[in-house]
Amino acid sequence: MNYAVLIPMIIFLILIFFIGYWSSRKLASSSNFIADYFLGGRELGGFVLAMTMVATYGSASSFLGGPGTAYTMGFGWVLLAMTQVVTGYFVLMILGKKFAIMARRYKAVTMIDFLKARYDSKAVVLLSALSIIIFLFSAMAAQWIGGARLIESLTGLSYNSALFLFAVSVLVYVTIGGFRAVALTDAVQGAVMLVGTLILLIAVIFAGGGIPNIVQDLINENPNLVTPYGAEGNLSAAYVSSFWILVGVGVVGLPQIAVRAMSYKNSRSMHRALIIGTLVTGIIMLNMHLIGVFARPILPGIDVGDKVIPLIALETLPAWLAGIVLAAPMAAIMSTVDSLLLIVSSSIVRDVYLNYIKPEAELKTIKRISFGVTAMLGIGVFLLALDPPDLLIFLNLFAFGGLEAAFIWPVVLGLYWKWGNKYGAIASMITGIGTYIALHFYNQEYGNLLGVHTVTFPVLLSLAAFIAFSLLIGRKAYDYAG
Amino acid sequence: MNGTDWRFKIAHREALIGVGLALFNFVWWFGFAYGMGSASVEEYTYVFGLPAWFFYSCVVGFLVIAVLVIVIVKFFFVEVPFDEEEEEKR
Repeated sequence: MNYAVLIPMIIFLILIFFIGYWSSRKLASSSNFIADYFLGGRELGGFVLAMTMVATYGSASSFLGGPGTAYTMGFGWVLLAMTQVVTGYFVLMILGKKFAIMARRYKAVTMIDFLKARYDSKAVVLLSALSIIIFLFSAMAAQWIGGARLIESLTGLSYNSALFLFAVSVLVYVTIGGFRAVALTDAVQGAVMLVGTLILLIAVIFAGGGIPNIVQDLINENPNLVTPYGAEGNLSAAYVSSFWILVGVGVVGLPQIAVRAMSYKNSRSMHRALIIGTLVTGIIMLNMHLIGVFARPILPGIDVGDKVIPLIALETLPAWLAGIVLAAPMAAIMSTVDSLLLIVSSSIVRDVYLNYIKPEAELKTIKRISFGVTAMLGIGVFLLALDPPDLLIFLNLFAFGGLEAAFIWPVVLGLYWKWGNKYGAIASMITGIGTYIALHFYNQEYGNLLGVHTVTFPVLLSLAAFIAFSLLIGRKAYDYAG
Repeated sequence: MNGTDWRFKIAHREALIGVGLALFNFVWWFGFAYGMGSASVEEYTYVFGLPAWFFYSCVVGFLVIAVLVIVIVKFFFVEVPFDEEEEEKR
């Protein structure tokens, strides 16, 4: 085992535990448990809000998979990754003040609360809860596997022990501290990611003998690496541009991101979050993916993409510093997982149990059930991740795009278009998920339809469905002041 | 409450600004990347060692967007209360 790498990581994990514990003491004195546990009492300041959005969004894929692909594809993949800068400001500007005002008026704690109040329909609530539970549960499991693999590669522990370590760390503080703990630890984790990627980028540039030198090495190996079209020349402009929907503007529809847009304290913290979020997302994305490309001449021949970042960190940094820097992907995975865990358990407790099973439940029961469900979910994911079934991997493929196609229009048009109604919302969700799955199979078989990512057409079709059904069935203007 | 909430007008304007900014971001990003990047590699120029298309599209593009976000938020976004009680006190 590499103790010089491990010790900084362990210190980092202990720090995270401490924050979880500290938040839990605040939670104990809370008067409104549900809003506090699942939303941090709508008290997040600008910095914490920005960091929690960045950290939730930046998952294993942006820290391990993304740079790994950039290593193979070259600058074209960095170009693609930079489409994510838009999420830094777009989500908060679009959902923005209206979402915050309406969420408070509806007393909404989850995105589904908002949909429930806006559309007043049991079908909308159950349909959304179901898609959140299924898709995000799978997405979460995939992240756990990523987290366990990272620990495995760093420590030399077996996969199962690594998974156990990971599961315990995540569960303890999510179960105890709730949203506030998650948001606060996200802030710390976001800061770790930011500093970690900067250090690593500088180290890699030094190791490669400066940027001009590295770029020349890339050209000597394969000139395509420095073009926008990828190593094989197969990244088309249309394909790369369609990522503007998948990882850019479509992110508005992701429940784990949208819920953060109802958690801020006031307009001032929202404004600060907009600025900080844009800067931090941009810097992290640019750095991580450039590191991936620059690593290529320094460490050629890495065939597993996920290993590029750990290997290059160990190669270019002193061991103790590599430990701190590698806490960044660890932080990214943990913060994504804990937010997903909380969203799924809030869907079960808040959206299904409290709405339809036992609305008059007492505070004590709600508390017990919230802790219980969160813990049960964690254990469930753990057991599944031990030996991931194919179905899980399959569902994870749809998690982001499918949820975006399902939720983007019910949320955005629900906020801004008074003619939107429950028929439109139901049609939009079914169309979104249905066409996403169908198109996925088509694209797998025949190549991407019109050369764009699978998410593109379902998002457009669910828009058409939303508008058509809202206007055709039960047309009635919604009264936002009501 | 009668008529449209005064805060919604502000919220709607700011959401439109968000859409506009994203469109501008896309045009900048796409224009430099594929406008300059589609030349053959031998004709590439370099800025700070990075291919020029990448430098302008991703590095400068990011900086421009960051500055725009700061300017827009500081000068065009209006602070409004979110809670109903606060609003009634107005």
